[in-house]
Amino acid sequence: MEGTRQKTADASTPFHKVLLFLERSSARRDITKLVYSGSLAFFLLIVITPAIAGIVAQLLTLPSLTLGQDVYARMQSAVVWSFVIGLTVSSLDILAGIPLAWLIVRRPSHLTTILDSLADIPFLIPTVALGFSILEFWSGPTGISQIFGSGSLVSPGTLLIMLLHFAFSFPVIVRVMVGEFLNYRETYEVAARTLGASAFTAVRTVTIPILRPGVLAAFLLALARSLSETGATIVVAGAFENGVVFIRNARDAGLSAAVAIASLVLIVASLLVFAAIKIIAPRFRVAPLKVWPSLERKLSSRIGVGFRNAGSLIVFLIFVLLPCLFIAFPAAESVAAGILGEALAGMGPWGKFWSSMLLSYGVALLATSVNIVFGLPVAVMIARNRFSTRMTRIVDALVDLPIIVPSLALGVSLSFFWSNIGALPEFWVLVLAHTTITYPYFVRAMAASIQGIALELEEAARTLGATPLRVFRKITLPLTRYSLLSGAILVFTRSVDETGATTAVSKVLKTAPVLLVDWIRGTVQVTPEERALGVGFLVLTSFLALVALRLIALRKPKGRS
Amino acid sequence: MPAISFTNITKKFGKVLALDRLSFDVQNGEYLCVLGPTGSGKTTLLRLIAGLLRPDEGAIYFDGKPVNRLEAHDRNAVYVPQQYALFPHLTVLQNVAFGPLARQKPEKEALDAAWKTLEMVRLSWRAKAYPSELSGGMQQRVALARGLASGADLLLLDEPLGALDARLRLDLRHKLRELVKQSGFTAIHVTHDRDEAMSVADRILVLRGGRIQDHGVPPRVYMRPSGIFVANLIGGANLLEGIVDTVTEEISTTRMRGGLMIRTPRAPLPTTEQPVILAIRKETVEISSRDIQRDNVLKGEVREIHFLGSFREYLIRLTNGDVIASRRFLEGMESEFKVGENVTVGFDSRDIIIFAYPRQGLRKELEIS
Amino acid sequence: MPKLDIMGVSKFYGNITAVDSASFRIEDKEYVCIIGPSGCGKSTLIKCIAGIISPDRGEILIDGEPVKQVPIEDRKIGYVFQDIALFPHMTVRDNLAYGLAVRSAGADQIGRVTNEMLDLINMRERSKSFPIELSGGAQQKVAVARAIATGSYLFLLDEPLGALDALVRAELRYELKQLAKDLGLTIIHVTHDQEEALSIADRVIIMKRGRIVEIGTPAEVYLSPKTLFTENFVGETNLLEGKVLRIEGDLCTVGIGSRAIRTLVSGRQPDERVVVSVRPEFVAITSASGADGWRGRIKQVTFLGSLNHYLVETDEGIELVAHTTTTSELDKGFHVEDKVDLVLDGKHMLLFDYPTEGLEKEIALE
Repeated sequence: MEGTRQKTADASTPFHKVLLFLERSSARRDITKLVYSGSLAFFLLIVITPAIAGIVAQLLTLPSLTLGQDVYARMQSAVVWSFVIGLTVSSLDILAGIPLAWLIVRRPSHLTTILDSLADIPFLIPTVALGFSILEFWSGPTGISQIFGSGSLVSPGTLLIMLLHFAFSFPVIVRVMVGEFLNYRETYEVAARTLGASAFTAVRTVTIPILRPGVLAAFLLALARSLSETGATIVVAGAFENGVVFIRNARDAGLSAAVAIASLVLIVASLLVFAAIKIIAPRFRVAPLKVWPSLERKLSSRIGVGFRNAGSLIVFLIFVLLPCLFIAFPAAESVAAGILGEALAGMGPWGKFWSSMLLSYGVALLATSVNIVFGLPVAVMIARNRFSTRMTRIVDALVDLPIIVPSLALGVSLSFFWSNIGALPEFWVLVLAHTTITYPYFVRAMAASIQGIALELEEAARTLGATPLRVFRKITLPLTRYSLLSGAILVFTRSVDETGATTAVSKVLKTAPVLLVDWIRGTVQVTPEERALGVGFLVLTSFLALVALRLIALRKPKGRS
Repeated sequence: MPAISFTNITKKFGKVLALDRLSFDVQNGEYLCVLGPTGSGKTTLLRLIAGLLRPDEGAIYFDGKPVNRLEAHDRNAVYVPQQYALFPHLTVLQNVAFGPLARQKPEKEALDAAWKTLEMVRLSWRAKAYPSELSGGMQQRVALARGLASGADLLLLDEPLGALDARLRLDLRHKLRELVKQSGFTAIHVTHDRDEAMSVADRILVLRGGRIQDHGVPPRVYMRPSGIFVANLIGGANLLEGIVDTVTEEISTTRMRGGLMIRTPRAPLPTTEQPVILAIRKETVEISSRDIQRDNVLKGEVREIHFLGSFREYLIRLTNGDVIASRRFLEGMESEFKVGENVTVGFDSRDIIIFAYPRQGLRKELEIS
Repeated sequence: MPKLDIMGVSKFYGNITAVDSASFRIEDKEYVCIIGPSGCGKSTLIKCIAGIISPDRGEILIDGEPVKQVPIEDRKIGYVFQDIALFPHMTVRDNLAYGLAVRSAGADQIGRVTNEMLDLINMRERSKSFPIELSGGAQQKVAVARAIATGSYLFLLDEPLGALDALVRAELRYELKQLAKDLGLTIIHVTHDQEEALSIADRVIIMKRGRIVEIGTPAEVYLSPKTLFTENFVGETNLLEGKVLRIEGDLCTVGIGSRAIRTLVSGRQPDERVVVSVRPEFVAITSASGADGWRGRIKQVTFLGSLNHYLVETDEGIELVAHTTTTSELDKGFHVEDKVDLVLDGKHMLLFDYPTEGLEKEIALE
């Protein structure tokens, strides 16, 4: 076997030359190792460490760690409520979301395609806007209360928080479950039916148990969102306090010991609950095969299915979609009231509004870029098990940390770390905080997408003579380009939307959602019209993101089956 | 000088031993088939040669040079996985040109080479199509063309025909060998199908549980298998249990169940009273309704008849309860013997191979996974 | 009364006709194999019978009753999938019990039947294993037993052996057949493997592009098929294009290029364009002797165990495949480049009308 390799590179442009040089370098193990360990170091030192170290450092530097009796009691009840609300809402979301996801996957039609897009809305509207919309819908004088003739059908407090959390966790469940159903081998279900199980029985005894890991993942994501959400929760909380509202209130009241302790408690409690659920749930055997043939047969009949579909549609419409879109009415009224010109001209409070929008998008852009550069190698590492298996496993577990831990608590830690230990200016603290908070979204999306490519494709390319960078550039990247784009957009919108950590970090600078919280809560004096329009602007930009996401998702790469 | 040489290669996955001290050579230009059941380590072997895996112990040599430290892209050994791994986002032509381009040939030269290879596999008319638009057989040919055009000289084919319909496989296996030979490649082709292995291979390497069971040209492996496992895997031979009764200068006799005596060759091993397995290929067993002249003539009853197109297989229960199969070619619409019919069965001692009875029992010895 | 009666069943996907007015009957306790190249509609057809897909046209009767309105779970059909589809979260025992449990059978009955099934497939000691712990062959046995446990007598097997090793496949097919005979089951078995079908079927149905081409016993479809497609699909054959020259009694002479061959075929007219088919085992090969046969040169020799496969190029430039048995006295062990004579057995030649859409298209395998 004579080597037939020839080095007749056609390096026409300088760019090409650089590329060729990089491709050749990527064949060297020490260089690939350097890239991977660099990204890993970024993840461990810049993303994860500050999230934990800040809060510990702060606790160590506080002069006194004692809390007043009443403050302690408030904190305790607030933290407990956080979990009560989170667990309740996530369970309800699972019950409501699975049938809808089912409908979307198994009854493909124009209607379900539209439903599929609509289900994303609460995920993409900034939660502050969502909170405002839900507040107006359920308890505002122009909302649903009108129909019932009462001043306020649901007043701010626990129930309204639940309604809010139900709405914004719902799309998480639908999204995850749609993915699960799409990947599911339907043969199992058909097999169950040929063995005599009615459709409902087959799903209950076969499909759901097989998809249990997916259901669990959806549940945990919903729970994390509920525990973490700050901006909107503050808006609808009224006098009620859950964990994050307590921290925010304590911060406003200058109780720094309470802020630090509550943050730590929330962080630790979240980690424990998640670990517990992750460990216990898989051991929990699905209940034995108890069957109620006549009942389940009825549920599987055409009428039963009709009722179920109608039910899940109604829940989606009344509890999720309408409250979320309700913002359109007050916003439209404001436009009709003629303040659009004022707003666009930047008069009155609008000057600050536009600069906050600019800040939001600037921070988002930077955070997104940083995450793409440093997140991509880590995504590859997780997906392809580069380095040792143990290292991959550790990183895999740590990546989710910023999602699991309530962002306000995380913000408290990050803020202390970067401004006191790192002595960074506020703007950069904001950028780094947003990088940490959004890191998991990008890495997870990319890792999943890379895992979706058959390993054989990359292997075949390598044996055809392609160096690792060339394989990545010519095979992996083109096949995941759409996930990369949608991952980036996701990170971007998450960053624009972020209120919890931002609240904790910002002292002078205010991003758009943080400013809007002030507007809605009345800390800053604005008229109701201005308030509605401000929220409207934020929603509009987010809708553009939704449209972009959809377009990307629809433009499937050529030639793929 | 051998093109590829394995010396004492061991590969473990966790606690599972995938390959156990494997040593063999592949000659330059040879077409080697690795035949073995699922889990025998076939794919691992290919991936080791490709450089996608590294051995835990031992060394691999290409043309006498060790390649353990050589990266996959520098080995000139193209891996063609089971489902072909055609790049879904590239056209057929771009797929085939991928190799030369990756090896930094000028674009025109690469595309020319790709085009020529596509003409060779008669697919240039589909050059602009995407892989998903092709039938399974066409995809297989594109994968082959991609390997042939890559500038490598070694093809590693993992079940290249496994995804195709049985009848199509029959047509394509000769074409596959012809193309590989025409292009002067060395090929290692992994399969679990014995007919496929025999029809394409210069030599067959039988693998089981990460160990070599046999290695040789197809007629030798088929006619004189190295052991019971190989006799069953590659020949589907009758395997009868017995005990050596007498051994003389020219011949031995073996005592079967029920005291039935069979004249067996004076093979290297028998000593009296040793338990043995007799392997008798089905086509060497004659059936007749009359008396026949054979070293061994036995009586039996037809139990089952399997029609297989160009031949029928008769399962005959002998008077001692053992069942023996006979393969008969060129019968017409009706089988010559019917189920339940009493027949005479005959075979010669030179067509019998004697193996020592396996220590772990016959069933265990034949288990394929 | 037939067990199953298919009457004009069609299924369309947009412009594509997956199944084109299929009609046939299957008798009680019959073992029928459906074969055809991939995409011929064989899987769609049995999915229609099972109720997994609803046909656009036609009627399906099981035991004489139309089943159009009957949902899958009430058709009492056992179905076995190519990808096996044992429930991964249940043990072997629970898988076997599933069919009875979802019909709310009593615990006694479930226990008794599952034990029977475990004995049937000889896997009592594996009852607590999960599917993933079993080999492919063992998994498929459990899947078959799971279907039998429901008490069905009509079984649809969709490429049941397709995912298994060649050797396991060859053994398991006889076990399946035996099981069917012992328990008196009616079976429709879909496969792309012509050898599998020939070896176990009572009757074979051959499909091509949605249509049923032919139905017959294995010997019929292999030795005297009605269509050229079947002839080629069920086994290797030599196809020669030619024209009928003359008819003399039972003897029909066909011109192939410059040669004439005599066949024992009736019902032909002079000047008809035909395709002559002769299977490799009916092409005898001898050392060049100067007899009135075809003369050629060996291009390729392949050892196939009990057979030698020779590719011979005749002096006329036609390629012919000849098989000789390795035990035969006639096989002298020829080598590449040897000059040989070929004798085509006129008794075993088949004549087909030249297909209107061309030979290549007619016999295309995909």
